[in-house]
Amino acid sequence: MPRRGFIDYLLGTSLGMVVAAIFYPIARFLVPPRIAESSQLNVVAAKAAELKPNSGKVFPFGAEPAIVIQTPGGEIRAFSAVCTHLGCTVQYRDDLQQIWCACHDGHYDLYGKNIGGPPPQPLTKLTANTRGDEIIVSKS
Amino acid sequence: MKAPGGGNPLEWLEDRLGLEPVLKLVEKKTVPIHRHTIWYYLGGMTLFLFVTQVVTGILLLLYYRPSSDAAYESVQFIMGQVSFGWLVRSIHSWSANLMIGTLFIHMFSVFLTKAYRPPRELTWISGAFLLFLALTFGFSGYLLPWNKVSFFATRVGTQIAGVVPGIGTFLLRFLRGGDDVTGATLTRFYGFHVAILPAITALFLGVHLWLVQKQGMSLPPGEDERQVKTMKFVPNFLLRDAMGWLLALGLLAALSALFPWELGQKADPFASAPAGIKPEWYFLFLFQTLKYIPAKVAFIDGDVLGVLVIGAGAVLWVIVPFLDRQAARGEKSPAFTVIGWALIVYIVAMTLVGYFT
Repeated sequence: MPRRGFIDYLLGTSLGMVVAAIFYPIARFLVPPRIAESSQLNVVAAKAAELKPNSGKVFPFGAEPAIVIQTPGGEIRAFSAVCTHLGCTVQYRDDLQQIWCACHDGHYDLYGKNIGGPPPQPLTKLTANTRGDEIIVSKS
Repeated sequence: MKAPGGGNPLEWLEDRLGLEPVLKLVEKKTVPIHRHTIWYYLGGMTLFLFVTQVVTGILLLLYYRPSSDAAYESVQFIMGQVSFGWLVRSIHSWSANLMIGTLFIHMFSVFLTKAYRPPRELTWISGAFLLFLALTFGFSGYLLPWNKVSFFATRVGTQIAGVVPGIGTFLLRFLRGGDDVTGATLTRFYGFHVAILPAITALFLGVHLWLVQKQGMSLPPGEDERQVKTMKFVPNFLLRDAMGWLLALGLLAALSALFPWELGQKADPFASAPAGIKPEWYFLFLFQTLKYIPAKVAFIDGDVLGVLVIGAGAVLWVIVPFLDRQAARGEKSPAFTVIGWALIVYIVAMTLVGYFT
């Protein structure tokens, strides 16, 4: 390799490294750090008395919303309230006796199964237990 | 008045700035007169509304506070307490909406008069990027008041970015500043809206305007360059432009006074999406399209398919100057006229369906 080529090579790679040394930290800075979430989570979703048959309530479950429903038959069930389509928060529709997402008209049955509209998957199931007069929800 | 050293101050300035070529360019610039001349005003109108955005946006910065605890309250403060705060914010929102409107009209008039023909391919491409930037401005600014509707719009919008195959998860976390839409997202969108997007837009707008000056106005196919009449840009066209801007300013003031921009309810990350929720009108046709795609098409998820189709459409739209070979040769290209009109009909129809259902 001629001397000039060698010097060009050194300058070029140095310049490349300088550019990389500037942009690598910037690129990493832009990606937010991951925050560990606790795997054990028990949340008081509602008072047993305030949840009537054929109704539902959205409550904070860790960082995400969840929904606890009482079916017309009196069973208490809980699901993640994050719609599996595009992440809106679902609600209980007593007129349809279904869980419903207002954003794109997605329907789920009382087992959280997607039965109409765009949602591709059922809602994530959570465990609901009644302890005294409180409904406790935890991960299944 | 004397300049330092005792000469004519104008000559003193001219010696230092060397503006004569610019003045010559201004003197020489003309605009063709024909039955489509009216469409030449739309670009300038968009620019005027953009400048209005910049000015009102800078004013809003003085009171706005970008955090999930304070954002909603600070906008409430602007609307209720700050003198003319309601006016400044309403003009900012109204001019944003009108600007997207004139931008679409400008784009389709350019498309239908085939003004993207050589040598103006780069003008078209920079313009297409300016459209995407304007939509991103709209999307990021929409969240800043931190109200219920904007919260869910952002959740859906970023989730759509999340289904892009391969880089989806990265994009979603990059946009949200984490896994969920939180105060971190608000801070990030604020940064995009007031710093990053303006910087990128300045670059593309500079290129776009420079190309327009360099190449002059495009003549629609069928107009003969040797026979067409022209008017001088300064002052004839510019004064007409200014008349339009004055009307736009009046319209903005009237709209803001009669229909001040609403604030809605404060966002609650643990509330259900309100019934009847819809995005801004300029996203309605995309929203409606996504609604019609079923959950599964063959073995592909509906939303993945939607994102792929819309993304492919956007890429094709950017490279239109290279696809329309007939127009490039100076021939008629009826196929592209049909595509343009079909797209206009589709967008208008879907927007109306989305609005009224």
